[in-house]
Amino acid sequence: MIFIVSFLVVLMLVGAAAASVFKDLISAVIAAALVSLVATILFYFLQAPDVAMAEAAIGAALTAAIFIIAIRRTKRYEE
Amino acid sequence: MRKIVSIILLGIVASGISLSLAKIPFGVPKTKVGTHYINEGIKETGATNIVTSVVVSYRGFDTLGEVTVLFIAAIGLGAVLTASGREKMRKTEPASLVLYTGCRLLLPLILIFGIYVFIHGHLTPGGGFQGGAIIASGFLLIYLGCRERRINQKASKLIESLGGLAFVVIGLLGLVFGEYFLFNFLPKGTPNTLFSAGIIPVIYIAVGFKVGSELAGIIDNLIEES
Repeated sequence: MIFIVSFLVVLMLVGAAAASVFKDLISAVIAAALVSLVATILFYFLQAPDVAMAEAAIGAALTAAIFIIAIRRTKRYEE
Repeated sequence: MRKIVSIILLGIVASGISLSLAKIPFGVPKTKVGTHYINEGIKETGATNIVTSVVVSYRGFDTLGEVTVLFIAAIGLGAVLTASGREKMRKTEPASLVLYTGCRLLLPLILIFGIYVFIHGHLTPGGGFQGGAIIASGFLLIYLGCRERRINQKASKLIESLGGLAFVVIGLLGLVFGEYFLFNFLPKGTPNTLFSAGIIPVIYIAVGFKVGSELAGIIDNLIEES
């Protein structure tokens, strides 16, 4: 159990770092959505299913979609 | 130079937070109110999901504020995006057959799941916000798969307003029948059945419709502009 949770935490950190490093903004949004997705699993393991559902729907799906729509309007690559 | 300074500052902040957090005992109830909710929550509100009983009953007024914040955010976004006048949606090529069929198959299931989540908010994990967000992600799927379909903006605004209004009216009815705003005036019933917990499921159904139509409206506004 503790191994799974620590693996998930490391995965979250990697995702967060990747989101700030990527020059391709679409990849950065996908990495940020990965952070939300892993956070969902972590919330479930920490016995907070209510928060997990909200995080899955809003953090992983809607936020990523809104960012991608915004990127489509502007530029895809960071200078 | 700036990087070194920012790293040092971050280190100071991180050590401060970790030192102060280390002082707090972990897993020990620190306030009486939490224990009270866990022990007496089912008896006092009739909702078996304690999170819901806190969100809608004990802290119902805070939830009204939260719903208002979301409402103002949606209105602000709509005002900013439509201030320049609606542009015509540019022609997009239709989605592939797989995506189109998948969306048509999945959409009703997602909608039913969202409705289930907010109707059973007082029994199982979930509630109005979660169910509304699930419904909105179903509408997002429509925009990905069936691109020519649009939700009716007027109907979505109407549902949104009615949901908010229902919340406030139920709260005021609490003042009429009981002694305070959002008083649980309906019979509580037996816990763990669908018709229990008085006004809690009614409020969560209103919140679910409101949040779902609001988030779907936000997505619709954004897509229309792009």
